Amino acid sequence: MPSSSDSRAADPRDLGGPIQPLLKVRGLVKHFSVRGGAGKRRVVRAVDGIDFEVRKGETLGVVGESGCGKSTTARLLMQLIKLDAGELIFDAATVGGQQLPLREFRRQVQMVFQDSYSSLNPRMTIEQSVAFGPRVHGVGRRESMARARSLLDRVGLDPQRFGGRYPHELSGGQRQRVNIARALALEPRLVILDEAVSALDKSVEAQVLNLLDDLKRSMALTYVFISHDLHVVRYVSDRILVMYLGEVIEIGPAEALFERSAHPYTVALLGSMPSLDPDQRTEAPPLVGDPPSPIDPPSGCRFHTRCPYAEPLCAEQKPPFAELDEGHRAACWMVVPGSQHSQAAKAQCVDA
Amino acid sequence: MTTSPVVDPAQVAPLVHRSSGYWRTVGGRLARDRLALVVGLIIVALLAMALFGPWLTPHDPYATSMIRRLRPIGTEGHPLGTDELGRDLLSRLILGARLSLFMGITPVVLAFFIGSALGIVAGYAGGWLNAVIMRTIDVFYAFPSVLLAIAISGALGAGIGNALLSLTLVFIPEVARVAESVTTQVRGRDYIEAARASGASALLIIRTQVFGNVIGPIFVYSTGLISVSMILASGLSFLGLGVRPPEPEWGLMLNTLRTAIYSQPLIAALPGVMIFITSISFNVFADRLRAAMAVRS
Amino acid sequence: MGGYVVRRLLLTIPIMLGVALVCFMLVHLSPGDPLVSVLPPDASQALREQMISLYGFDQPYVVQFFKWLFNALQGNLGTSIATGRPVIDEVLVAAVNSLRLAVLATLLGFCFGSLFGFVAGYFQNSWIDKLASMLSIFGVSVPHYWLGMVLVIIFASQLYWLPATGGGPTGSDGWQWDWDHLQYMILPAITLSVIPTGIISRTVRAVVAETLAQEFIVGLRARGLGEAAVFRHVVKNAAPTALAVMGLQLGYLMGGSILVETVFSWPGTGLLLNTAIFQRDMPLLQGSIWVLALFFVSLNLCVDIFQALLDPRIERS
Repeated sequence: MPSSSDSRAADPRDLGGPIQPLLKVRGLVKHFSVRGGAGKRRVVRAVDGIDFEVRKGETLGVVGESGCGKSTTARLLMQLIKLDAGELIFDAATVGGQQLPLREFRRQVQMVFQDSYSSLNPRMTIEQSVAFGPRVHGVGRRESMARARSLLDRVGLDPQRFGGRYPHELSGGQRQRVNIARALALEPRLVILDEAVSALDKSVEAQVLNLLDDLKRSMALTYVFISHDLHVVRYVSDRILVMYLGEVIEIGPAEALFERSAHPYTVALLGSMPSLDPDQRTEAPPLVGDPPSPIDPPSGCRFHTRCPYAEPLCAEQKPPFAELDEGHRAACWMVVPGSQHSQAAKAQCVDA
Repeated sequence: MTTSPVVDPAQVAPLVHRSSGYWRTVGGRLARDRLALVVGLIIVALLAMALFGPWLTPHDPYATSMIRRLRPIGTEGHPLGTDELGRDLLSRLILGARLSLFMGITPVVLAFFIGSALGIVAGYAGGWLNAVIMRTIDVFYAFPSVLLAIAISGALGAGIGNALLSLTLVFIPEVARVAESVTTQVRGRDYIEAARASGASALLIIRTQVFGNVIGPIFVYSTGLISVSMILASGLSFLGLGVRPPEPEWGLMLNTLRTAIYSQPLIAALPGVMIFITSISFNVFADRLRAAMAVRS
Repeated sequence: MGGYVVRRLLLTIPIMLGVALVCFMLVHLSPGDPLVSVLPPDASQALREQMISLYGFDQPYVVQFFKWLFNALQGNLGTSIATGRPVIDEVLVAAVNSLRLAVLATLLGFCFGSLFGFVAGYFQNSWIDKLASMLSIFGVSVPHYWLGMVLVIIFASQLYWLPATGGGPTGSDGWQWDWDHLQYMILPAITLSVIPTGIISRTVRAVVAETLAQEFIVGLRARGLGEAAVFRHVVKNAAPTALAVMGLQLGYLMGGSILVETVFSWPGTGLLLNTAIFQRDMPLLQGSIWVLALFFVSLNLCVDIFQALLDPRIERS
């Protein structure tokens, strides 16, 4: 899905111009307090200070093991849960500020959830579900319904045939199409796809991905595509962001990230991708064990407990988010030139 | 599940497909359930007795007669005999449906509204509001229901209003607990998140997204409470805390006829049969309704 | 585990406070002059005011409440207006009588309920299952005070097998474990046992059915062995639930036996409450309700802890 900057030239809502990122995320933090044993309150650092930006018209892939904070990040971006610290800047306006109140922000950012069944109200027909958003924003009943039907048509569901059905009368792929239509009903600029195709069969998944690509072109959308499926992420994304235990550890253009992964975690994660081609199989050591608990994350670099290259430095100090080349950054001591890490110089040579 | 997972419903459904609503499905299922039909008919008959009682009674249910006291069942003109004051028992049983059902059903209806509101608000809001509402309800839950009903109406004194009030207070916590737990479950579903993401206010989400999905289970639970409520309401009158003489009410009639246990045992037990039939009919009906609704959820 | 018990105990304190508050408010809910039963109708205004300040009715409700609670916690529940004896004495005597009846009824309910539930769960959808489910619906739908009357009619007024009402032979003072006394307990105990029988059998049936549907049980059976092992496993699974439900039912029967006690004139808390209500004996009403509710709350607490002990998987929040 390459970005097509020409097709969305004249969006009146575009404030900052093409260079201004659509969404800037700064120092986002979300901690949950849970009750551990013996009544003690403990803090889960679900998202622990992340920064990134989403460029206009791109698809930003977000990958990581389950529990790394991907879904929490999605809900934070949607403002479905309150952030503990940090700010979101949407096209130069602070979200929740005077320029962009929350309600207005929600018109411009929508989300498609993983569970296609649970994300549709079982007591509403699908056209009612799609029409709900416009109704909330003051569009008349008849016009909302008309918009819902045209959107259903747009996502490949004949409104005559499907509009009056209930979610349980549709297949998983059809339901996910409804969810996409619902997300588009408010004419958003940014759509967050939280594992949106993960639960679908492979053949259906491909159809839905193609649909998403079509919609993106024709409606000038920007996607944040969250998935644990690396193949799909590679296929759809312009840039990819890798999360580990609530932190961003690597970000970069899709090709660069796959071909020249810098962080050992990314290397291991990509190494775990099954490949049919024997020549493509990597020799990277596989990830062993489960990630440590986000309740008490490891000191320094959070990956050092599982990292084959870990050195004392890694446990002591958090590595900076160093830039390797244009737009490709990684949080690892090995890529910091001149750091105490024994591999640092080598890493510098390779990149230089 | 109404659709098999193998067949794509799109291929088998007719071209223009209008889905019948959920409640119609439940209604259809109940109509095919013979037991549900039988108890449903009994309930309708009882309600008809309550509504049209004054036009159905063969005798004046208040007319006493010193010479016709405690006539046995099958007496001419009094097919079910007479009570301890010589009043026609059949007429009193028919007219008694009115107060008995009113006293049994009203508290559940009131508790259904108040308890649902409290439980849905608590369940949707979560946090401190949930804590305040639910901990208060826990206190009332800490009393066995019979004790609480008798304590409140005992303290307030006998009378229909006080009995209704005490029973309503007994059932509010029960309904609210169910409402809260169902709402908490529904609240976690993604469609609520999606509705919030569209910018809808909490009130609008409760009205359009939550309500329709929680009211069914709360309703079924509440229908089950009518059975208990009938027994308790008549029990209060039986103790002398509810309806007062000479009004006909089954629990009160059971109490005044206790003196006839030795002389006319069958007559003495009759009002209880009515309470029993009503209570078991509502119980079975609630049970079948639950089964009919559980098929798809 | 220990954490759970502590947390559960701590959770009980506000509930106990709330219960005390409800009991306290009952008296203030009741209409009429709180002094009507202690003062002669022609009392002078001076005497009135003296009594009001003596009883503390002129103080703020909060002060009155904590004073009452402070006294109540020390066992001082005031004096019964009807009998002139301390409320606590009246309540304790009655509570022991009620407890005796409730325990017997609960045990009966446990035995029959477990039996029906077990058989029904083992032979699902057989005629015996249907019979058991009918019995259980009967148990929870029957107005038990009416059932008591029917039993009196059959066994006392028609067959003359058992005494109709009372807590022991006339002239007998206090309870003894002999037939003369026991025969008075049989009918009320059977009457009361109908509810726990219905509820326990329903619960046990569900647990047994669920256990039998577990995969490894199906596997055991498929390999054609271990019917005895299957049985043992089912018992092990069903027992904690059945015992827990039994414990809760005991609490309900203690608090809920007032109607049945009235039918049988059993000298328990039910009869005491009846007296208190109709003689407008507010201290007695307040005291007996408080004691019964405390008993109920403590029983719930014990059942919860007991369940947590038996099933270490349960870590409830």
